[in-house]
This record gives sequence, structure tokens and C-alpha cells, in this order.
Amino acid sequence: MSGPVAVARRLGRIVSDGVWRFGFAARFLVMLLAHSGQSLMRLHLTVREIYFSGVLSLLIIVVSGLFVGMVLGLQGYETLQRFGSGDALGVLVALSLVRELGPVVAGLLFASRAGSAVTAEIGLMKATEQLDAMDMMAVNPIARVVAPRFWGGVISMPLLAAIFSAMGVLGGWLIGVVFIGVDEGAFWSQMQAAVDFREDVVNGVIKSVVFGVAVSLIAVFEGYDCTPTAEGVSRAITRTIVSSALAILALDFVLTSFMFRGVS
Amino acid sequence: MARFIGVGSLLVSVAVGEAPVALRDVRFAYGEREILKGVDLSVQRGQVVAILGGSGCGKTTLLRLIGGHLRAGSGKVEVSGHDMAVLRRGELYELRRRMGMLFQFGALFTDLTVFENVAFPLREHTDLPPELVHDLVLMKLHAVGLRGAEHLRTAELSGGMARRVALARTVALDPMLILYDEPFAGLDPISLGVIGQLIRRLNDALGASSIVVTHDVHESMAIVDYIYFVSDGRIVAEGTPEQIRASEDPFVCQFVNARADGPVPFHYPAPPYAESLFGRGAA
Amino acid sequence: MLDLWVGVFVVIGLAALVFLALRVGNLAGADLSDAYTVRAQFDNIGGLKVRAPVKSAGVVVGRVAEINFDTRSYRAEVVMAVATRYPFPRDTIASILTSGLLGEQYIGLDPGGDEEMLKSGDVVQITQSAVVLEKLIGQFLFDRAASAPAQEGTGN
Repeated sequence: MSGPVAVARRLGRIVSDGVWRFGFAARFLVMLLAHSGQSLMRLHLTVREIYFSGVLSLLIIVVSGLFVGMVLGLQGYETLQRFGSGDALGVLVALSLVRELGPVVAGLLFASRAGSAVTAEIGLMKATEQLDAMDMMAVNPIARVVAPRFWGGVISMPLLAAIFSAMGVLGGWLIGVVFIGVDEGAFWSQMQAAVDFREDVVNGVIKSVVFGVAVSLIAVFEGYDCTPTAEGVSRAITRTIVSSALAILALDFVLTSFMFRGVS
Repeated sequence: MARFIGVGSLLVSVAVGEAPVALRDVRFAYGEREILKGVDLSVQRGQVVAILGGSGCGKTTLLRLIGGHLRAGSGKVEVSGHDMAVLRRGELYELRRRMGMLFQFGALFTDLTVFENVAFPLREHTDLPPELVHDLVLMKLHAVGLRGAEHLRTAELSGGMARRVALARTVALDPMLILYDEPFAGLDPISLGVIGQLIRRLNDALGASSIVVTHDVHESMAIVDYIYFVSDGRIVAEGTPEQIRASEDPFVCQFVNARADGPVPFHYPAPPYAESLFGRGAA
Repeated sequence: MLDLWVGVFVVIGLAALVFLALRVGNLAGADLSDAYTVRAQFDNIGGLKVRAPVKSAGVVVGRVAEINFDTRSYRAEVVMAVATRYPFPRDTIASILTSGLLGEQYIGLDPGGDEEMLKSGDVVQITQSAVVLEKLIGQFLFDRAASAPAQEGTGN
């Protein structure tokens, strides 16, 4: 059994597995939402998860945001000054961060920092029978373990993306205004004239909320669905990061094409 | 309010003499692979019952059927008079509040301290004031001899201690039925003796019933009232420890005396040795 | 302790959002929650886009709300939202201008001297279309081509 038949068979299997998992993930989301009451009623459960996925991701978000902004400042000025419009640096930095880089890069960082941690935690709880033990104690693991982690991620992600964008703008300002010497007034005023609150800022926030839902769902699903062994957990973590990255980039394309169609 | 009425009715059904656990001709398969091929088994109130058998004979599956994690393919699993096949999730959870299960390696919550682990079921299912929870947890920890360890993190516990903490957590809500999944696995002889004694003492103190799934013949013989031997998805022998010791059943003899070969063969089913080695290679 | 950190985190996050809204964006700029709309027809709007600014004397007074094509006059119809606190006379001139040589296009309003003010739904009568650079350059080249042989002729 080799050659094209085997290849076709494997391909078919991969596709059907993928579709099956997709359906299961959708059912899982419904189950998750149905059992979310507790994580909202007992808020400290969710607050604890905001700490783990949000507060602990703060450092990497702040530092990366600053660096991305500084790179944008350098590269952007380099390009803009050829056309004699170095003053528009603020516009370039702010628009690229608020519309695209903020939500996308923060989402990718969030997936690899917090998403993988959530998958690892839930996966290990499954592998060491902690979830079974909880279920046996008549405590629903989806309500007690999965839902708070999901909501913690959904709440943290937009805040992290906003912090990333803000730090990026400050990074661009640092390079552009402080080091290169772009006029400070032009930097801010051109930025404010070009960045629209509803069109750019709100759309960026919507993107980050969508990414937060996607990454959190992938993270809890992969953890809950993993093979309960050490190897299974490590594979689940890899899958979380890979699928989150793909989901973020694909969703970004879809959202961008909807949001900015009329404008650009 | 409905919750308490429900629990009350459970207690009544136990009081009128329903066996806490009864299995009748239970079959179960994972897809094509048959795990249980018709098991009959019952546990009386106050008894500690051992289910003995080799690895992979379906013991853990039995426990999962009784705990309601799995549903039998055919036959009937009854726990305190309730048919597990028809229970809804809410009813199952209500029943499980009166059950405890000790998992193979304890399954303690790694992000909580010893105290918080034992307090977990109390906090989830009761609205007791913090002082009362504190006292109850200390009482349970005292019963397993670990009152001084309440502030330790689970990572700091030895295997035997973790098992004892898990036991304290299992009995936190005073269950009527306690299930043990390999409680002796991976313990040193002293911890093993301690766990064995605790299983017996807690069962008697709570007036509960216990099912111990294990492959440790000698430890379980010392503490249980009745023993079922499971092999290849069937009950092959049963009796009190005295009857088992006196038994001349070849399987029981092999198991009790730990012989390598017997009714349970040493070799995995295979074509004749000579044929495997030379038959195909030559052709 | 944990609650404190989460609180700090949420405050920082919200502060970042406010920063993006006020300092980076222009939420504080022309407030259009209270605005009146006026319409204007142009022969050519060039590269004007929805939400482009409407300025008068360099101050943003409103935004372009809609751009339509009028099939009766075959002209572009632009709907502008202008903040209510900036009333304009009825004979105001609307022109499409470009910020800088290659910058974005916006609508400039030059107020006239009429006593009556524009009301919501009114039409601005006098308009000036966008200057289309390609047409200008084409015109320029055409003029040069037309005048060059003549100059040569006189030279000889």
C-alpha cells in the first residue's frame, strides 16, 4: 500500500481529523459559554486568571511594544524623508500600530506567553487526573477550570494590545522626536489629524477582542483535548502556538478586509 | 432546597437496604476492543471490597463505570439504587457528592496548598463559615496524620503523604461510597501499610462502603472483607480473604503466589516460535 | 496582593486606551455627535474619501459623511457633517483641496456674506472641483507642444 493511494488516504485523514476537531471546538465553545455563569459570579476565579495571563504578560508586551515602535521610527523616517515628509512619521507609526501591529503582534506574544501556559496547565491537570478528580467531586471542570481561564484571556488581550500600541507610539516618539529630531508638534498633530478614533482605534480594539477570544479558546481547547501524557501535553502546547498564530493572521485578514474597505 | 431533599432521598434508599453498588452482567468496549465481558458484582454496606487483577484487565474501567465517567455498553450498573445509565448530569453530580474517589497518584491540585486541597470540596459544595471549614479540614488532616502539613505545597509532599492528603480530600464530605484506584501503587512498605490501615479505619468510622482496585494481593488481603478477581474482562474468582487463601483455583494460585506462567500466560499470543524465527525468513 | 496587581494591570490597560483615543487619535477633535448635514455637488472629487476632514480657515469643522454619484446630473454628490457650533452662511463656497502637493484631499469651506445660515439638508450651490494633477500636467504638456513649433518658427 504505497504511492498515490496511501498519500490520498493520509490527506483525507488529515482533512477529516481537522474538520472533526473544528466541530468539537465549536461544541466546546458552546459548552464553555453555557458554564460561564460561575466564572462571572465568583469573580475571584477570573481575576486570578487575569493575573496569570495579563499581568505576567505585561513585561514582554511593554518591552516588545517599545522596540517595535522604535524600529518603526527608524525605518519609517528613513523611507519618509526620501519624499520629504519626515513630519508624517507620527502618522505612520500610529496607524501601523493601532490598526495592525498592536493587535497582531500583541496577539502572537499573548499566544506564546499566556496561551501556551494555559494549555500546559490544563493539560497537566488532565494528565495528572486533577480534572477527573474534580469531576468526581461533582465540580464541573469546564465551569471551574476552563471558563475562568478563557474569560481571563478574553479580558486581558485587548488591554495588552492597547498597552502594546501605546508603548509603540512612545517608542516611535522616542526615536523620531528625541533622537532624530522630527518636530514634536508636527509629530503629534499630524498623527491626531490622520488617526480616527472610530475608524482606527475602535477597529483595532475590536480586532484585539476577536484575537483574544480565538487565542483563549484555542488554548483551553488544546489543553482540555490533549492526550493525557507528558508527550501529549507538549504536543498540545506546540499546537496552541501554531494554531493561534494561524488564526490571528487569518482573522486579521478577514477583519481588515471588512473594516477598512470603505476607507482605503 | 431541592438539593437537600435529593440527598435525603438518597440516604433513605440506602437505609432500606439497597446495596451501595451492584453490577449485573456489565459489558463494555472501547470501539472494537472488548474490555468487560459480563461482570456481576455487589458491595454491601460497611464492606471494603477489593477488585484484584493484572494490569489492563479492566479494573480501572470498572471503577469508572461505578463513578459514572463511563456508561456500560449493556447490563446494569446501580449505585445506591440509581441506574447509572439513565442519570442526567445534575443527578449524577448529586450522587457524586456522596461518593469519594482516590486517584492513582492522588490527583492533588498542584496550584493549591495541602489545606486548600482538602478544603476544596467543602468550599465548592457548602456555604460553611471559614472557621468551620478550617476546623473540618484540620480534623480530616488529623485523621490521616498530616495536621502539621497543612501549609505545605503539594510539590513538597512525598508520594505517601500526597496519597494521604488526597485521602483526606476524598473523605472531606463524609462520602457513603469510597472508590480507590490503585491506592498502593508506587509506595514504600511503610506508606503502604499506613494507607491500608487508613482505608479500613476511615471506612468503619464513616460507616461507608469502599471498593479498592489494586494488584497488591497481600496488602488488600489484610484489610478487605471480600475479594473479586478479574481477568480478561470477567470475574474469575471471588470470596473472603480466608476463602481466597484456601482456594485451589489455578488463576488465584498464580496471582497470589506471583507465578510468571499459569492461566495468565507469560507469552503474548503469537505463532509458534520456530515458525516466527525461521518459517518466514526462509521463504 | 493578586487583586492589587490585576487592578494595576487593568488601570494601565485603560490608561493606554485613553492615550490612544485622546493623544493618538482625535476623539477630542471636532465633536460630531451634534452636527448638521449639508450636500454639495462637484464635477470631480478627485481622491476624496468618506471621513475626510471638512475645514474652514484650516480648522476642522466636520467630516465627509457620504459620497454618492448623482445619475441625473452625472456629478458627484458629497454629504458633509458639520458641527452645529460652526454655522455657515448659505452662500458658502465648498472646494476640494489637497493638503500639500501629494497629501490627502479635504473639503474647504469659504464662508460668504449671506445673512441666512445653512440648515441641515441644505445644498451648497457654489463648488469648486478637485484639481486633478494628471489633467494639469497633460494641459501643460499640450500647451508646450502647441507653442514649441511656433517658437521655433519665429526663431528661424
